[in-house]
Amino acid sequence: MTTQTNFQVDQQAVEAFSKSNNEPGWLSSLRLDALAKAEDLPLPKPDKTKIAKWNFTQFTNHAVDSEVYSSLEELPERIKTLIDADTQKNLYIQRNNTPAYLTISEELKSQGVIFTDILTAAKEHPELVEKYFMTDAVKVDEHKLTALHAALVNGGAFLYVPKNVEVADPIQAVYIHDHPGATLFNHVLVVADDNSSVTYVESYLATDDIKESVVNIVSEVVAKQNARVVYGAVDNLAAGTTTYVNRRGIAGRDSRIDWALGMMNDGDTISETITKLIGDNSYGDTKMVVVGRGSQKQNFTTNITHWGKNSEGYILKHGVMKDAASSIFNGIGKIEHGATKANAEQESRVLMLSEKARGDANPILLIDEDDVTAGHAASVGRVDPMQLFYLMSRGISKHEAERLVIHGFLAPVVTKLPIEGVKRQLSEVIERKVQ
Amino acid sequence: MASTLIIKDLHVEIEGKEILKGVNLELDSGKIHVIMGPNGTGKSTLAAAIMGHPKYEVTQGEVLLNGENVLEMEVDERAQAGLFLAMQYPSEITGVTNADFLRSAINSRREEGQEISLMKFIKELDKNMDFLEMDQDMAQRYLNEGFSGGEKKRNEILQLMMIKPEFGILDEIDSGLDIDALKVVSKGINKMRGEDFGCLIITHYQRLLNYIEPDFVHVMMQGRVVKSGGPELAHRLEAEGYDWIKQELGIEDETVGQEA
Repeated sequence: MTTQTNFQVDQQAVEAFSKSNNEPGWLSSLRLDALAKAEDLPLPKPDKTKIAKWNFTQFTNHAVDSEVYSSLEELPERIKTLIDADTQKNLYIQRNNTPAYLTISEELKSQGVIFTDILTAAKEHPELVEKYFMTDAVKVDEHKLTALHAALVNGGAFLYVPKNVEVADPIQAVYIHDHPGATLFNHVLVVADDNSSVTYVESYLATDDIKESVVNIVSEVVAKQNARVVYGAVDNLAAGTTTYVNRRGIAGRDSRIDWALGMMNDGDTISETITKLIGDNSYGDTKMVVVGRGSQKQNFTTNITHWGKNSEGYILKHGVMKDAASSIFNGIGKIEHGATKANAEQESRVLMLSEKARGDANPILLIDEDDVTAGHAASVGRVDPMQLFYLMSRGISKHEAERLVIHGFLAPVVTKLPIEGVKRQLSEVIERKVQ
Repeated sequence: MASTLIIKDLHVEIEGKEILKGVNLELDSGKIHVIMGPNGTGKSTLAAAIMGHPKYEVTQGEVLLNGENVLEMEVDERAQAGLFLAMQYPSEITGVTNADFLRSAINSRREEGQEISLMKFIKELDKNMDFLEMDQDMAQRYLNEGFSGGEKKRNEILQLMMIKPEFGILDEIDSGLDIDALKVVSKGINKMRGEDFGCLIITHYQRLLNYIEPDFVHVMMQGRVVKSGGPELAHRLEAEGYDWIKQELGIEDETVGQEA
């Protein structure tokens, strides 16, 4: 018997999808179990943004088939520019729900590094994927959207770096949304084993013909003892796309997770970036830039929670709001009891470019331990007229002066992105959005 | 080419309060003018108003650069026409390197297609930074961000030397400088001295004039130029202070808002 669901994709469809992918039993069960939970669980409650009427659940297709790229030559021009083709040996490109291109160097393969699409990984490396997939970092039953994600995951990547392996060059993923009927339930799982290090950089791009659509992204990063993960991302999904994106990291003893995130979606977006500093001496750094335009509504919650002694967490968020865009920036530094000598620092700055734009920066420190240090800074304001006067007094036009101030305002994050092509992409997207 | 900057009967208000009450001054290229005067007499207001500071409102008068009224121009147009203001408190701008900013400033005064070549720019920048005894890494630092007071002043003079305006207005370029920095800044200004460059230096310390010999010295009080002369006027001010001028003119309180 098939249970009726309120979603377009029911139990039968999920079973069929799982079967057509020859998925292992644990994944099929996990999906069906999650689907049942998704029925009853409530939506998440991002602080200060009402999302009851947002569409996260109504869409036509669970998955679509897209053409693969047999070589990088076939890529559209704007994707080509993202990739440093001469040097990029580790690259995954996904087109809608289809793994469309994959290359990984022999060197990394021989060291035991695994990099492939998530559904293939579930089949070929079930022991690893089952162990980490929505078990520690993000749980299936947190709310309706995590459960729905687990039930419907239809794309994403898996990256595993074995013990003592240091991957020097950045690993790159590109997710292209170019089918108007496609829905992305993208899952990225990065596991860096003891004493390893890796840099992963992803770009989400959409074509102009994407109208109404739903994207639900979960990224999990597990940095084991003394591991180091740098995670860079540029999200640039279309105006008609409602996005839920949850990026979460767990840092073990002496490990470090760095996020450098360019949040450039044109549609309504709920974003959570959470780093759990579990191990002693662990370190989390979250850098984020946002440009909002049109009438989009966004909520960015950035949280670093400390359990480890001597753990350090840093949050830096800079947002530019124009037109009638509005964004809430919630920054949370949380220190649990026992996390002595922890340090939680955060800074949120919002620059408003128009009368109708709205920005709200809420720094929150939740501290349950005495022997710690913490600090926060937040500001919401307009372009400083004295800065414009100074630049213009050297002959620079008002438009160019504003451009310089805005780019400068966002530079602290842009410069941190580890791949030149992606850094360029972010600069270009910013240029386009703030014009 | 000889240029002129003529300030005629300039009246300026800030937030409804009149600060300048009819300033008249004529500058020619090739000459260095110094405006002196105690604090609160309108000197910095004059500098800011000429450049078009957004907080100052000109209620009367003209500022003519080679016959054209710059008060009708936007701030960037005034700069492109040949004016430069070295500011007392330069803004800090994150994310914009000193070098990128300078190149944009230079190119803003050039036609499209006539931009300065990168090689030539770097050569000139290196040369001028050496001359001003600035660390080379200051070119790649963000504009004025974290610069000390002295570094900011040197950086203003570096911009002056790179941009090469027809008229430079230097607002308290000497305040807060130790003697070594003062010498370096003076050296930069003296290097600019020449037929094609006119300068208006605003200061309330005579000590700058130990290093820069002015052609003309003016004293401002109560929002007007009350006395003008040659270098000897500065020397007398150094020796005797301002009281003799106040007595001569019957001024009790020299600051703006007081009437003779």
